[in-house]
Amino acid sequence: MKKSFQKSGANWIFLIAVAVLYLILGLWNPQIVFAALEEFLTLLKKMLPVLGVVFALLFLSGLVLNPKAVARYLGKGADIRAWPVAVIAGILSAGSIYLWYPLLGDLKSKGMRDALIAVFLYNRAVKIPLLPMMIYYFGIRIVVILTILMILFSVLNGLLVERLVSAQEGRKNTS
Amino acid sequence: MQQSPWKRAVRGLLNNLKMSIPILLGVLLLIGLINTIVPKALFSRVFTGNRVLDPLIGAVFGSVAAGNPLTSYVIGGELLSNGISLVAVLAFIVSWVTVGTVQLPAESMMLGKTFALLRNGISLIMAVVIAVLTVLISGILG
Repeated sequence: MKKSFQKSGANWIFLIAVAVLYLILGLWNPQIVFAALEEFLTLLKKMLPVLGVVFALLFLSGLVLNPKAVARYLGKGADIRAWPVAVIAGILSAGSIYLWYPLLGDLKSKGMRDALIAVFLYNRAVKIPLLPMMIYYFGIRIVVILTILMILFSVLNGLLVERLVSAQEGRKNTS
Repeated sequence: MQQSPWKRAVRGLLNNLKMSIPILLGVLLLIGLINTIVPKALFSRVFTGNRVLDPLIGAVFGSVAAGNPLTSYVIGGELLSNGISLVAVLAFIVSWVTVGTVQLPAESMMLGKTFALLRNGISLIMAVVIAVLTVLISGILG
């Protein structure tokens, strides 16, 4: 899906559409466009150093992690250790979330617990490479508290999802 | 032939750059434009200033948005500087990364409809709870 998204060039179409919007506005009121570009450059300048760190960390996670290694520790018959593994794998996993659906679907069909899948998916929200950017905007205390809460709530999320899914499926089977 | 880890990592990074740079630039250009032409009053129109309602609005907005989490931080930072409450902004960025309305059909197809609907629904509620708790704990820690 990511590949088809890239192939479709939707990201570039989006950027071109914004540029066209600037062009149209520029014909109508150039001052607004100059002010907007100034604002854009200010935002970009603020972001660039952190963005460098972000891409360096993304490179590192691409170097040390692959989907097969993650699958090994989350497969059928996983014990209590699977929970921290699901948390850590979710945090460390890279790429778009939907790239992981086929692998998780395959593991689910082989008996992987719904709870572990939900934990994995929830922890994908904890983006270590993006933490510098988050800290820049929200401060280190908020980011630390938020990250810890998200990890803790991921387990609750997994347990709730699993319980409700099995209750729903049980209801379907009895009716 | 198997690709070396370095080549794979470089290729992954380049793909990531190729995909995210145009989006990021587009979003920054849009934010620049919005900051210039949209009056701050509009933000307070969407976000009511109500302590209960605003986090819910933030969570719903975040859940329907899609894209790189970086974008949500940039928008969140801008919302904060426009006077939107931290709880609402946190609910917005948490639901942005935990709820995937756009990916829901794909998730339903591969992991089951019940699973996908429940997971996203629970994540939406949790976004608000986590946002409230984060601000509360931060306040307690002083």
